[in-house]
Amino acid sequence: MTTHPSLDAITLSVIQASLQQVCDEMDLTFSRAAFSPVIAEANDRSDGIYSAEDGALIAQGSGGLPVFVGVMQYSTRTLIERIAEGLTAAPEPGDIYIVNDPYLGGTHLMDVRFAMPVWRDGKIFCWLSNTGHWPDIGGAVPGGFSASATAVEQEGLRLPPVKLFKKGVLDPEIYAIICSNIRVADQRIGDIRAQGAALEVGAERLAQVLDRYGDDTVRSAIDELRERASTQMRTLIAPIPDGTYRGNAYVDSDGVVDAPLTIALAVEKKGNTLTFDFEGSSPPCAGPMNSVLATTLSSIYLAMRHIFPEVPLSAGAFEPLIVKRPEGTFLDARYPRPVSGCAAEVSQRIAEAVFAAMVNALPEKVTAAPAGSSGNFALGGHDPARGRDFVMYQISGGGYGGNADHDGLTNGCSTIGISKSPPVEVMEQAFPVLYRRYALREGSGGAGRHRGGFGLSYEVELLRGEARASFVMDHGRTGPQGVLGGGDGGVNEVTVWRDGSAHVPPHLSKEQDIPLKAGDRVCVGTPGGGGYGDPLERLAGDVLRDVALGYYTPDEARLLFGVVLSADSSAVDEAATRAARRG
Amino acid sequence: MDEKNGINSGVAAPNGVPSAVVGIDVGGTFTDLILIETDAADGAQAGPARVKIAKTPTTLENQAYGVVNAIRATGVPAANIGLIVHGTTTTTNAVLERQLATTGMITTAGFRDVIELGRRTRPNAYGMTGTFSPVIPRNLRLEVPERMDAAGNVLIPLDEDALRRAIGTLREAGCVSLVIHFLHSYANPAHERRAAEIAAELWPNSYITTGHALLSEAREFERGVTAAVNASVQPILERYVARLAAELKDLGYSRDFLVMNGNGGMISAAHVAREAAKTVMSGPASGVMAAAFTGRSAGIENLITYDMGGTSTDVALVRGARPAVSNEIEVEYAMPIHVPMVDVHTVGAGGGSIARLNDAGLLEVGPQSAGAKPGPICYGRGGTEPTISDANLLLGRLNPGKLLSVESPVSVADVEAIFAERLGAPIGLSGIEAAGAVLRLANIRMAGAIRMVSLGKGHDPRDFALFAFGGAGPLHAAALARELGIPRVMVPARPGITNALGCVVADLRHDFVRTLNRPVASLDLDLLRAVLAEQRAEGEALIAKEVVQPERIECIHTADMQFVGQTHLLNVPLPGPDVNRETLQQLFEEAYFARFKVRLPEIRANLVNLNTSVIGVRAGIDLASLIDPAGRKATLGEALSETRRVWFSGEWHDTPVYVREKLPLDVVIEGPAILEQLDTTTVIEPGDRAVSDRDGNIIITVEAGQ
Repeated sequence: MTTHPSLDAITLSVIQASLQQVCDEMDLTFSRAAFSPVIAEANDRSDGIYSAEDGALIAQGSGGLPVFVGVMQYSTRTLIERIAEGLTAAPEPGDIYIVNDPYLGGTHLMDVRFAMPVWRDGKIFCWLSNTGHWPDIGGAVPGGFSASATAVEQEGLRLPPVKLFKKGVLDPEIYAIICSNIRVADQRIGDIRAQGAALEVGAERLAQVLDRYGDDTVRSAIDELRERASTQMRTLIAPIPDGTYRGNAYVDSDGVVDAPLTIALAVEKKGNTLTFDFEGSSPPCAGPMNSVLATTLSSIYLAMRHIFPEVPLSAGAFEPLIVKRPEGTFLDARYPRPVSGCAAEVSQRIAEAVFAAMVNALPEKVTAAPAGSSGNFALGGHDPARGRDFVMYQISGGGYGGNADHDGLTNGCSTIGISKSPPVEVMEQAFPVLYRRYALREGSGGAGRHRGGFGLSYEVELLRGEARASFVMDHGRTGPQGVLGGGDGGVNEVTVWRDGSAHVPPHLSKEQDIPLKAGDRVCVGTPGGGGYGDPLERLAGDVLRDVALGYYTPDEARLLFGVVLSADSSAVDEAATRAARRG
Repeated sequence: MDEKNGINSGVAAPNGVPSAVVGIDVGGTFTDLILIETDAADGAQAGPARVKIAKTPTTLENQAYGVVNAIRATGVPAANIGLIVHGTTTTTNAVLERQLATTGMITTAGFRDVIELGRRTRPNAYGMTGTFSPVIPRNLRLEVPERMDAAGNVLIPLDEDALRRAIGTLREAGCVSLVIHFLHSYANPAHERRAAEIAAELWPNSYITTGHALLSEAREFERGVTAAVNASVQPILERYVARLAAELKDLGYSRDFLVMNGNGGMISAAHVAREAAKTVMSGPASGVMAAAFTGRSAGIENLITYDMGGTSTDVALVRGARPAVSNEIEVEYAMPIHVPMVDVHTVGAGGGSIARLNDAGLLEVGPQSAGAKPGPICYGRGGTEPTISDANLLLGRLNPGKLLSVESPVSVADVEAIFAERLGAPIGLSGIEAAGAVLRLANIRMAGAIRMVSLGKGHDPRDFALFAFGGAGPLHAAALARELGIPRVMVPARPGITNALGCVVADLRHDFVRTLNRPVASLDLDLLRAVLAEQRAEGEALIAKEVVQPERIECIHTADMQFVGQTHLLNVPLPGPDVNRETLQQLFEEAYFARFKVRLPEIRANLVNLNTSVIGVRAGIDLASLIDPAGRKATLGEALSETRRVWFSGEWHDTPVYVREKLPLDVVIEGPAILEQLDTTTVIEPGDRAVSDRDGNIIITVEAGQ
């Protein structure tokens, strides 16, 4: 381990805080200036600083979407390698590259990355890069989530790294190609300017940091901080007993073939490292539920960050996390496998497998499985009253898992997201729909000493015209897993009422282009969180309260928790409860 | 604790009309009072004033006792008091501690869970844990058939029988307050109004809040929570106001008094409970009002206010002597109160923030805090963790003999030993060096937070002065200003009672928002003018009803605008109600460029909201009297109390310590220097220069950063 005697611990802390600030300001600029709600409101974007040599993550904005944890270090590394090999033109000051190729260190096509070198004395000091989820990137369906795509070409426009800005000027030819291939192209210029402006702001602020502390000092600090983050992660891992911890998770189907996909994870703790091995996971799939390697790695990192949020985001923090490349599985998909589901759903199943394995290692720290779906429901159609087409996206939350300290949160955000769901009133203003119900989904929290949080139950009716409904959700087959004796959370349920008869998607949580006409309705119940610990150990008073609040019925209190209530449900029948819990 | 500057205490006003104006702010630890008596009977022309300050312990069980104690401590008979303006945290505490009145809610069928579900969030971006408890529990939320569509058309008529039954059920369940929260009531409030009428017939009191009454905007979660908070603090605030009125009457004050609102305006105690939610964030607002007033008087109208206390720091922006106002404030996780309030950002760093070494061997300051109990080590209340306050003590910035409310004194040597052992030894530093590092890092973190607040609004910190107050603000301000590139620091005469001063100088204020949501190109300009005129008239009518009358009325019009297709809004000040399309487009494009350095000529602008603030500006006060001129000395030397060693940038400096109240009014001080007063210490760093202005503010010119 190298040391940098010239750097005191305080200068390190100061530079660390300054680099973090640069990233946070990039995040802020990007969101505030962006046009697409998915970036401006949902913060489906991230900004960071990357090493000039190998693209290793130096710092990342704290407000970035969790699924992008660490992911841009792979796209930046690929870009650096391609420039060295002459596959991509070398940068000049003022150039900004654009890239969204999933197989070159990406996620799905909608996540578009910009990368810009920071120049000092004619040399590249480091890279700034950001990712924004564009609302459309072409392909078979608006928005890009085709549940039945079988090749990446059906999912949209794929860009290798090319210079979108040359010497500070937007290249009109590349811009024209992009605009000719995506929907609602007229507003993309606003997002492109915002994404570029964020990098410019970052470069300006970083230059101030470099001027103040000196390039050499900052460079030494970056090296030292990487080692320190590694040490910090190792220190947190070390107390875990050596051994192998296993956890599985299941994707309902790939959207094309109706069979579950298995993520089989074994985490081996040895010394102060964790080795993640996915041997036994399903092979690459026909439909879009494949993951590319960068997304798989990022999913592990984000799950570990949920467990140890105190470790700063930097390549060093990931070093003690050794991942065996899952070759031959759907977690390491190669061209031309379709991948649109990787960022939204598969990533959350990978995180769930990490939680399921790690809860055995750290039962006081890790929760039972959260709902773990983005709950994408898209409705595209024509509104005759306004004479125009529309595409509506409803994302939704679900219950979180119980944990050693408390019950799971109700209607929490997806594991990989931080975005708020849209208000019903705003949806009804914008689209020809009427929500009949938007409610807590009773009974959906997995039973446990600390129960899971509750999912959401909503029902929405198409008021006018015709439309097509598409769903990319998960946990329709099996609910989020309970742990240490806790029950599973309620499964995701989709029912489409057409002409008064119920249609349930054959794959339960995924289907594309279900035709609807006025009066037809979509009902969705999102998953509840898994329960933590033996439900028979739950305080009877808490079960009584849950029944009073309508979370569970008196029957469920008895069957799931062994708590018998008085006839009017106003009190616990202590004797009967003791008997039921003994039995 | 009672510091008296005044002379002739208790003298009745010349013509028999009571002249004294009293501002009282209740904080977490102390209740602060400032009393200003002038000889001018109408108070319009501020002549030489007599000022009294009082600081008494806050009485948590009933804040009214502390308030009365503070008034008693002035020695001025209540009969001499003409007006009391009061800032209270009664409703803030009720919400944060969930000590709320039992409240029921009636919603549109299918939507009773809206305030529990929220917007699918979690408390922190990382970590899948955390809890949330809704303001009104689920068993007290009932549904009735009724429905409006988004345009305000009735889809399902209100089922009045079901409503009556629901009201009966909630009364039987012990509810004292009621919320009626229907979907799209902002578009058509008819059902909510009718439901409130029916409820008023059946409900035993006036605690009925309709969703659209406080916030007539789309977004059912935010509107519902705002209404729920309002209803569930109404009885609490009304009871408190009644108790205080009774206590004041016993004391001999029987006039109406005014209560501070979160928008920085004040309102008669008789009406305040109606919109009780507006008082929830009023504490920090009054301090910002005082800053704005002080800055205007000094001719420094752009300020970043910096109020650092024991557990947290409040930061706000003042531009053109007007505090920035937001209607999207979240009191805590998933607890939005969407009414116009002074936009105060709270940073979780204060004097009690704990310093530690993390697992990577790096120093961290916060986010854990020792709070008020056990507090910093130096307060001797059982604290054992090194904090920012302890670092200030070790480095000679705080005077160990003058700490307020110390229980059992801890020696400086003991504190130093803890710093050396916990922080210094593992990273090869002495205790003193470790303390210096704690301050440096704390300042960087706070500077980052301030930069996010100012940058988030699109401002350059260099155009501002840092207005430092609160117990710890002036200790750190100069270092922070240097970190941020802010050229000047302003420390008011009485930093420790700024919130109370804010009560005295606050305006009467009413804010209005109206959503138009139209592209500028097709905007009906007659409608725009009509809306602004209507907003202005309504505000003036409300002010005319108040017990005090302002000196003049100011009216501010702004528009919230965006490019078509965007979701974020940019607030654009309007020159007046008569604007044309070109001006609107141009004002917006300029504001957008100033913020983002981006021009988008290819995209059209949209006008979303029209806003009007009607402000009744009251007669000013003479700030120079905040420090008794008679106590000031002729020379700097006479104000010197001691010279002590203070640590700056890695070494000790022999530093003069002055008594703030004794400084000559035309003083010039070259740093390093320390100014001490009752509850605040101001640090002037080496290389910086401090002068006093004619109001007695200290203005520190900060040497450019390293």
